[in-house]
Amino acid sequence: MSETNPKFKVTIDGVEVEVDPGTTILNAARLIGGDVVPPAMCYYSSLQGSGGKCRTCLVEVSKGSEKDPRPMPKLVASCSTPIMDGMEVKNKSSEKVMDARAGVVEMLLINHPLDCPVCDQAGECHLQDLAYEHGKSTTRYEFERRTFDKVDIGEYIKLHMTRCILCYRCVYTANQLTDKREHGVLKRGDAAEIGTFIEKNLKNEFIGNVIDVCPVGALTDKTFRFRSRVWYTKPMDAHRDCKCCSGKAVVWMIGDEVARVTARKDQYGEVKEFICNECRFEKKDKSDWTIEGPRHIDRSSVISANHYEVEAPSHTPLLNKA
Amino acid sequence: MSQENIQFPEDLLQEVGRQIAKFPEGMQKSALLSVLHIAQAHFGHLSEPVMDYVARLLHILPIEVYEVATFYSMYDTKPVGKVKLEVCRTGPCMIEGAEKIVSYIENKLGIKDGETTADGLFTLKTVECLGACGYAPMLQAGEKFHEHLTEAKVDELIEQYRNNPKANYLGL
Amino acid sequence: MDRKLLLEHIGVEGIQTHDVYRKQGGYKAVEKALKSMSPDDIVEEVKKSGLRGRGGAGFPTGMKWSFIAKPEGVPRHLLCNADESEPGTFKDRYLMEKIPHLLIEGMILSSYALGCNQSYIYIRGEYMYVLQILEKAIAEAYANGWLGKNIKGSGFDLDLAVSTGAGAYICGEETALIESLEGKRGNPRIKPPFPAVKGLWGRPTVVNNVETIAAVVPIVNEGGDAYAQIGIGRSTGTKLISASGNINKPGVYEITMGITVEEFIYSDTYCGGMKNGKKLKACVPGGSSVPILPHYLVCKTAAGEDRLMSYESLSDGGFATGSMLGSGGFIVYDEDQCIVRNTWNFSRFYHHESCGQCSPCREGTGWMEKVLHRLEYGHGKMEDIDLLWDIQRKIEGNTICPLGDAAAWPVAAAIRHFREEFEWHVNEPKLCTTKNYGLVTEKKFEPVNA
Repeated sequence: MSETNPKFKVTIDGVEVEVDPGTTILNAARLIGGDVVPPAMCYYSSLQGSGGKCRTCLVEVSKGSEKDPRPMPKLVASCSTPIMDGMEVKNKSSEKVMDARAGVVEMLLINHPLDCPVCDQAGECHLQDLAYEHGKSTTRYEFERRTFDKVDIGEYIKLHMTRCILCYRCVYTANQLTDKREHGVLKRGDAAEIGTFIEKNLKNEFIGNVIDVCPVGALTDKTFRFRSRVWYTKPMDAHRDCKCCSGKAVVWMIGDEVARVTARKDQYGEVKEFICNECRFEKKDKSDWTIEGPRHIDRSSVISANHYEVEAPSHTPLLNKA
Repeated sequence: MSQENIQFPEDLLQEVGRQIAKFPEGMQKSALLSVLHIAQAHFGHLSEPVMDYVARLLHILPIEVYEVATFYSMYDTKPVGKVKLEVCRTGPCMIEGAEKIVSYIENKLGIKDGETTADGLFTLKTVECLGACGYAPMLQAGEKFHEHLTEAKVDELIEQYRNNPKANYLGL
Repeated sequence: MDRKLLLEHIGVEGIQTHDVYRKQGGYKAVEKALKSMSPDDIVEEVKKSGLRGRGGAGFPTGMKWSFIAKPEGVPRHLLCNADESEPGTFKDRYLMEKIPHLLIEGMILSSYALGCNQSYIYIRGEYMYVLQILEKAIAEAYANGWLGKNIKGSGFDLDLAVSTGAGAYICGEETALIESLEGKRGNPRIKPPFPAVKGLWGRPTVVNNVETIAAVVPIVNEGGDAYAQIGIGRSTGTKLISASGNINKPGVYEITMGITVEEFIYSDTYCGGMKNGKKLKACVPGGSSVPILPHYLVCKTAAGEDRLMSYESLSDGGFATGSMLGSGGFIVYDEDQCIVRNTWNFSRFYHHESCGQCSPCREGTGWMEKVLHRLEYGHGKMEDIDLLWDIQRKIEGNTICPLGDAAAWPVAAAIRHFREEFEWHVNEPKLCTTKNYGLVTEKKFEPVNA
């Protein structure tokens, strides 16, 4: 920390942290880690422009800054609100936040099919986690739910729009990883949908990454659909020489078989190094890969129910946590 | 309609150029909404080849056109009648009897909200506030406003458009 | 007392044309400004005038202007918001249609004040005929040297163009308007950054309503202080009110801020009283999104004082017993109107107009519409009323842009003041489809947890 670059002090749920100016509340919370981190369904740190939409990361700013201590009048999206020096934020410690978040979860679920028992994303679904933590076991919605037909948007990608929460991540992914985006958000309001307008195959060699960024089961890998529940597969860090991408991936094994390949995700489910379609869809032989060892999966995940955790390298201790 | 047939006549190409010229160099995408209006008036509706043509004219991706064309309620991506009768149904128009006007037109033309007459002449649509609340009830036919509607007035304007469907456009 | 600052010459034959407008004193403000005022002088006059945004939010215009960033070498833009789409509002259309040069003159003055050389009027797509009127007037203004390079030898350049929307209420929100003007979907942007820093094409941008910009003309002509003398308190100047509903004379009226609501509704100068001698049941004074007021809170505040046509008086009592001046879309309901039906109608509007970005608004607006539809058609349950209250509460304040609030407020206000009418719909499922409830009983207000 140099003197020309002073840090800003921010307190979230009573835990203090110093961060660079320009850091958002959400990223400051992630530096602290644990319970103070608001959930994020649309924000994705490596996707420019993402965030602000799902409203699950709303927090209360109880003190604006040291200079202007007035609280902010409304809850703010922590993913897109930069911190100010001396700011005080309430996440879990705010009743208002918990109430609003329960509301957002309810809104996200009223038109969701809740078909987790047959959904490939189950077990690694962020909406499932969110509903588990903030949702209710009953619904007050008594109307017909919105449905769409399933479509193939590529040789390897299935779009099941009924499950989509319109986070726009896949659109930003196509914007940033490909030079010719072919899918986007069509129509508006609750009729809005992800689509190509006329059914088109998305062909770009990095387009498979839309599957990894999708927080729900709207975009799934056709080479893996209905093959296995994810918690029955064994994720292994693996790499291969690839002309196109870093070749660093996670292979999900069933016995000696590579059932699925994904990019490596951090504890917030975010990919830092995107992988190409070839690695993802076409390298399904164990001999294609150099296996490094078991992938560490966050303890809160249902996937960590696998009992090989002892082999995993120990987890980096979280900041400010005993 | 095949790709090759999609082409604006010279005067409309000039109009497209005039719309693009309203914006600084490189910002030609800003003309998209205007160009889509021109395309819809000329081709009847925004089919996929028409939208692809607009994308080429503005040097943008087709998906950028699809996203916009499906967002705004004035654009039709499916065929509609030569004359669109769009009856405002919001607040003040409702108070002044918009619903009666809608059912009158439905009965008169034998179509329901959202449908087109068999001869392809009229499409009936109910729409949200058109900013004529003080002159309710009202409808918009193509680019023209018709206000203080009565059944007799509806008869009159339907007759007028039946004789001259083009009259619902203001022209360049 | 009764001053007309905007519509003074509206009755003059041919006022739409440059020559007649000029003969009536048009473009004098531009001459004055370019000859004897600096851009900052104009900002100063606008600040002194107390002018507040006429689009609905009522934010002080001079202050908004002072926020615009002025980085070296980056063009700035002034955008006129002519996307008027708030149900009950049709004043901007009237102004542009009847006296287009007033808006153009205001655009020149405001652009000069802000240092903008390329300004745009963004007009809703449905106003195609108004767009033609504006384009004709702009061509006349160019021909007479009011627009273009080196205007009247001042060294100030301004290009002005009109661009069109295509059917989206949301584009009246300033960042959605900017997106739309960039040729995109009208999805509001997340703020910060604010348009004053990063707006159109990433450049500093100010977005002002038609009436706000037009009001700059009399402010420059007569001075900010003189303008501030008109009106009452912080509601200075005149305001265009769009009057509709069950009144004898619907239309657009220019009022001096501070006249009583009672005068506005019942005097022959304005609405001319209730149509067919019916009783007043309710009033939405500022466009569909502002809280509806029951008959006993329309002409009097909860404290028993005269309710005035001003920002402060219309919002007296907060949302509990007040409403808002908003955009001045004044909708009057008589005893035969059904509040449940009206609320359902407004909910359908917001459902239709939600852009769909934020989950509470995308999902909640449709949910409210469905529940209200059920209540209106006699299939509702008593719990539906509380459910509605809870849904609107979960939308309000939790979205990127104010459309969520605009969808929530009318529902909240209807339940707050007309709960007995909602309950009657549940208790009388058959009767409520053929008969209307009539006036609600006056009640002493008990605070509701908002």
